[in-house]
Amino acid sequence: MGLVTPNPGTIFWMLIIFGIVVFILRKFAWVPILSALKDREESIANALNSAEEAKKEVANLKADNEKIIIEARKEKDIILKEAKVIKEKIVAEAKEQAITETQKSIEQARQQIQSEKNAAISEIKKQVAELSVLIAEKVIKKELSNLGEQEKMVDGLIDDIKLN
Amino acid sequence: MQKLSKAIFLIFAITIIGFTPLSAQQNHEDEAAHTTDTHEEKSFDAGKYVMDHIADSYDWHIVSFGNTHISIPLPIILYSKNPDLHEQKSFHVFMSSKFNHGHSAYKGFQISHSEQFSGKIVELDSHGGEIGKPIDISITKTVTGLFVSVIILLWLVFSVASASKRNKGKAPTGVQNLLEPLIIFIRDEVAKPAIGDKKFEKFMPFLLTVFFFILINNFMGLIPIPPFGANVTGNIAITLVLALFTFGITTINGNKHYWKEIYNPDVPWWLKFPIPLMPIVELSGLITKPFVLMVRLFANMVAGHMIVTVFVSLIFIFASLMGAGAGFGISPLSIAFSVFVLLLDILVSFIQAYVFTLLSAIYFGMATADHH
Repeated sequence: MGLVTPNPGTIFWMLIIFGIVVFILRKFAWVPILSALKDREESIANALNSAEEAKKEVANLKADNEKIIIEARKEKDIILKEAKVIKEKIVAEAKEQAITETQKSIEQARQQIQSEKNAAISEIKKQVAELSVLIAEKVIKKELSNLGEQEKMVDGLIDDIKLN
Repeated sequence: MQKLSKAIFLIFAITIIGFTPLSAQQNHEDEAAHTTDTHEEKSFDAGKYVMDHIADSYDWHIVSFGNTHISIPLPIILYSKNPDLHEQKSFHVFMSSKFNHGHSAYKGFQISHSEQFSGKIVELDSHGGEIGKPIDISITKTVTGLFVSVIILLWLVFSVASASKRNKGKAPTGVQNLLEPLIIFIRDEVAKPAIGDKKFEKFMPFLLTVFFFILINNFMGLIPIPPFGANVTGNIAITLVLALFTFGITTINGNKHYWKEIYNPDVPWWLKFPIPLMPIVELSGLITKPFVLMVRLFANMVAGHMIVTVFVSLIFIFASLMGAGAGFGISPLSIAFSVFVLLLDILVSFIQAYVFTLLSAIYFGMATADHH
């Protein structure tokens, strides 16, 4: 029976000791420990959240960067295209100009040739005329030694003039 | 390997020397008072041996060489209503060594050997007859063990508290890592589900104190070296007080709903009138709950200690029945079983601390619940 009968003295000490222990631990240990645990849990949760947010931000930044790169690429393409167009335009213009210039100089050359030719022809004509006058003089001089011949010749000349 | 076998041999040797009745010289002053004792100690009494280990006592027995008992004397504090029998004083404080291990009387007090007051301090009349017990608040072995455990508990918890103040917002270190998982376990797995998310915080300090108090006392009870090894949680007075605290907190925090469920539960009217059957059942439940708490912890811890000591005492039973050789022969088996049961007791220590805390939390939850 001794084992299962509570001893009043032990109950007395246990009541005092356990009561004090509960009181002291509650006031000076459990409350600070529990609040510290709670704080730490909250700070860990916050840290995780902010890490998640930072991750998202980085992802956003990445997307932004990609966008910027794509835009830059587009712009580059546009600029290149424009440059090409301009180049072609310039080349075409240059070609055209060259052609007109050439044509102009050809025309000039042709005109010059023409005028030279004309001058030469007129010179030749002049000389031919002088020569023919000279020949005609000699012929006339020779022909006019007899009368018949003179008449013939005048007739011939007259005919020629008529023909002319 | 060699070290291990040496250690095992050493344990054997110490155990044998410690408990075998060697014929050592007895050094008691009062020879006449315990001549009967020497006869008793000739043969091994397993029942007495087991009970000595699990029951409370006025001094802390360490080891006996034959009739030479080595023990730590503990303070005896007594208050008597008959001061004329005790040198005209009613209040007495002295060390238990004055009783000579229960063999002699001191100032009219004696540790009783009678059927009625066995093991307790009794008052003696002028003729040496027992007349009853004084008010006895002695620091017994259990109370000493209690003090030791409480010091360890306070040291552990306060070191965690100071560490948590020091490491505010930082990772836990040292002993913090040992206790914090348990604290979080009690908070998240015991208190929150049993009491509810809103009200649990109020009960956390008590639940944590009870859990660690029981756990540490259970563990200390398993270490067989003084100042540990007192069977504190296996003492019914201790578990009674623990259960009383749970009962008191439940009763104080009981809300309207709780008391209505007891005095006027939602049952058919003929269960309440003319004979208040259900209220009687509910009221008895109020008492049985803490009673069951008290008995469960007490019985589990006593049983654990008892089985370990029984296995050890098997050695001496065999030795006294069939000679020392049989005792030696059975000892490896006995010790193997004792070790196994001790390991089991570590598990039981955890489970009992957990169960007591869980049931307390459930009772608090019932007392503060709003609706079903």
